[in-house]
Amino acid sequence: MSLSRRDFFKVGGVGALAATVAPGTLAQSAAVPAGGAVLSHPATLVAEISGLRVNQPVSFNYPDSSSPCQLLKMGREVPGGVGPEGDIVAYSILCPHMGCPTQYDGEARSFKCGCHFSVFDPEMEGQQVCGQATQNMPRIELNFDAARGTVEAVGVHGLIYGRQANTL
Amino acid sequence: MSRINDRIPLPPTSAQTTNLTCHFCIVGCGYKVHKWPEHQEGGRAPQDNALGLDFTRQLAPLQVCLSPGMVNTIQDNDGSRHHIMIVPDKDCVVNQGQASTRGGMLGHLMYNGKGPSASRLIQPLLYRGANWRESPWEQALALYAGLTKKILDEDGPDEIYFNLFDHGGAGGGYENTWGTGKLIFTGLQTQKVRIHNRPAYNSECHATRDMGINELNNSYEDAEVADVLWSIGNNPYETQTNYFLVHWIPNLQGGTVSKKQQWFPGETVGRGRAIFVDPRRTTSIAIAEQAAGAENVLHLAINPGTDTALFNGLLTYVAEQGWLDSELIAQRTNGYEQALSANRLSLEDCTEITGVPVAQLIQAAEWSYKPKASGHMPRTMHAYEKGIIWGNDNYRIQSALVNLVLATGNVGGRRGAGVVRMGGHQEGYVRPPFPGGRPAPYVDGEIIAGRGKILTTWACDAFRSTHNAQNYRAAVIRRANIVREAIDQARGASTAELIDIIYDAVTNKGGLFVVSIDIYPKPFGEAGHMMLPATVPGEMNLTSMNGERRMRLSEKFMDAPGSAKPDCLIAADIANALKSLYEQDGNSAMAARFEGFEWSSEEDAFMDGFNSNDSDMVTYERLRALGNNGVQLPVTGLENGLLVGTEVTYTERFDTEDGRAKFQPSPWNGLLAEAQQQKDKYPFWVNNGRVNELWQTLYNDEHVEFRTSRWPMTLVEIGGEDAQRLGISSGDVVELFNDYGATQGMAHVEPTIKPGQVFMQAMGRNGVMGDLATTAVDQNILPYYKGTWADVRRIGDMGLSRTVTSKRRHFV
Repeated sequence: MSLSRRDFFKVGGVGALAATVAPGTLAQSAAVPAGGAVLSHPATLVAEISGLRVNQPVSFNYPDSSSPCQLLKMGREVPGGVGPEGDIVAYSILCPHMGCPTQYDGEARSFKCGCHFSVFDPEMEGQQVCGQATQNMPRIELNFDAARGTVEAVGVHGLIYGRQANTL
Repeated sequence: MSRINDRIPLPPTSAQTTNLTCHFCIVGCGYKVHKWPEHQEGGRAPQDNALGLDFTRQLAPLQVCLSPGMVNTIQDNDGSRHHIMIVPDKDCVVNQGQASTRGGMLGHLMYNGKGPSASRLIQPLLYRGANWRESPWEQALALYAGLTKKILDEDGPDEIYFNLFDHGGAGGGYENTWGTGKLIFTGLQTQKVRIHNRPAYNSECHATRDMGINELNNSYEDAEVADVLWSIGNNPYETQTNYFLVHWIPNLQGGTVSKKQQWFPGETVGRGRAIFVDPRRTTSIAIAEQAAGAENVLHLAINPGTDTALFNGLLTYVAEQGWLDSELIAQRTNGYEQALSANRLSLEDCTEITGVPVAQLIQAAEWSYKPKASGHMPRTMHAYEKGIIWGNDNYRIQSALVNLVLATGNVGGRRGAGVVRMGGHQEGYVRPPFPGGRPAPYVDGEIIAGRGKILTTWACDAFRSTHNAQNYRAAVIRRANIVREAIDQARGASTAELIDIIYDAVTNKGGLFVVSIDIYPKPFGEAGHMMLPATVPGEMNLTSMNGERRMRLSEKFMDAPGSAKPDCLIAADIANALKSLYEQDGNSAMAARFEGFEWSSEEDAFMDGFNSNDSDMVTYERLRALGNNGVQLPVTGLENGLLVGTEVTYTERFDTEDGRAKFQPSPWNGLLAEAQQQKDKYPFWVNNGRVNELWQTLYNDEHVEFRTSRWPMTLVEIGGEDAQRLGISSGDVVELFNDYGATQGMAHVEPTIKPGQVFMQAMGRNGVMGDLATTAVDQNILPYYKGTWADVRRIGDMGLSRTVTSKRRHFV
């Protein structure tokens, strides 16, 4: 589909691209360590669990300010979920097919891409339900700090759209 | 393969770049193949990589379609290792830079010895001593040719059977249809051949061809400028994805209005509308509503198998209204009055049969055929696929549809129109004439009945792609095992001795010698006695044409694994081996039948086949010059050294002797008898079709973790009420069964599936819909795959719901 920029904003929605900046950044280093096989990711505070509402997405950027993501508290334990209920997950919301920002549909409990109609399941590790991507939604790896009641992003599983590597 | 999935190597600007047409579905999207030495890498700056993209920052949406599934590391025969990246071509007019989930994994699927392709056939294999043994080609060919010659000499060609591809793309293409056709039809001269997905050697489009209209008669651009797009028994989002997304959706979104104004000055134009004919609400319908608004989409949810009545009712109605192209009917057709008279059906009767309310029938007719405000007839494109082709009496439905299209002037050169099949594979057919008649022999039935001595299955798997499949599979395995037992006793036998032993088993014991020529070992081949390794595009040069007759050259960019060969050269090897045997016999007449296979490359087969029989202007060099846009057949000439093609056919003459298209009487005749019998006995209509993420018989997909994790079993969609009544939840394993067989799948509860209906993925790997399909066929032996009835029972929970999503596949 050849979309004009205006069409793209219409169908994809620009809101998610202007996602709120993460509440706090603990580390900013994104360098590839010499000889390392693992990209070095920052640890970024994403949310305090006391403020999370079930099925209400929280926008943040990770691993840097040009990578919009969303965190979800699903309200029931899901694969890969963290937190006291094992129900907190987060994803890069750029569709892994061609990078349009997906929209979270709370009724269907799915991420949907308005550009080429791909659908992803946040409750199954971002599995593509139906669509044109060749990978599932990149999953943001989360750490739950029980003492502080916070969730921080610490890594990415899968390649974020529009990048040669997840860290720029 | 490394588990690192968070980065990809970029091609340096020095990378070799070649063209590849996706070899899966008929759309034939253009791809660029970048290949570069393993120890090199392009940089992130736009001037430092062959993509010309700036990876130092986040790319904007829609700037590229690129993922880890598009890269791989391969090894050529000289031991050199290379990265490859296969990305969609932005300059290809077909896909304009987009990849579907299927074509988007072309790179991942190329052979590298470790990835999903690790189980490729790379050497000939012979069954000996209750085991598969690697064999030199010479030994395999000596056995194959020797046994074939013995059968040909002793029994004649009618004991030599083939299951044979007839399409373009992988396991097909002009080179390979020609090579196999010349061997089988000119050399062996057998008529005991069936096509890859059906039990006889027939066309899926006999009716439209008999009426003077080949089934591919417009361009993809016509879908951009049509007033109305009909999608009949067809689910284009999941089957012709980029045709739908790149050419249909912009029309439905209103994005092509200015193009329509430019093309059709003075004519009323607007946002396109869509009409779907399908008993099931498909993902395509849901998406079309998103694009066009529900008010611009009509879903005619007909009763299964009633398409003929639908088109006859509409023809009767538009004739009564006078919404006809009287000039075209008078000047360019024959038989209109007879067809109208034979097919006459009132709207009330049409509703009674099809279940489509009269108001919807009238609305469909008004959108599609009532003159527009400007006085012009609407431009209505009619696209159809397996719902008709594998429907209830293929020949009759297709006749009824083409009658309606002809009467309303929507074929014959008009832009924004056409009556076209959407297609499965690409096309790529050039063969000597089939030596059998019409209807062609019902080959699968003959195998079940014990006839045939050697069966070669070439790039197909009839275990997953025939009707009455359980009985067919049982017959092949039983008969192959007779030969296996004979071979097991032949310890130390020479090839000549083995030929005699096998001949005895297939002549006196009811056995069947089974050979598979393919890229993977498949269940059919694994039940047999010989497997020969073939190649895919990229490992060989290959030409095909897509659904708008666009012919391209897919260029070879890597060596084939092991000793695998292009199918055309395997056919040549067999022919040359037979020729040599007949020469040794001093039988020059028979040797002459196998002459003309002195090919050293696939290009030789192309020149002997397409170039000599279809268009001598078309050469590899000229196709290469046209890249991924190629040329639309038929070729009409050369301009500045470049091939010139044809966008829309039948602008002046139809494909009949007098150039006039032919209406065909095709009155509604109810359900085919075998299907009706199952309907009377079982509660569920079993519909079947494709699933977006899976291609054909899953020959690649069943080795790809991304696919098997989503689809560990064959999909069975069932409606909410039925699921609740039977205690079935998404992810449960269910069994379907009727008088023909039993099979199983993974349930998925989809609320829009009607009560008393289920939808099953076609040609699945561990659940075969064909096991339930009856022996009902049309007059040309085209099966009614889409129509069988069965019962459903829950087997149990295998824990699939812990790893497989249960979310709705529909974009709503």
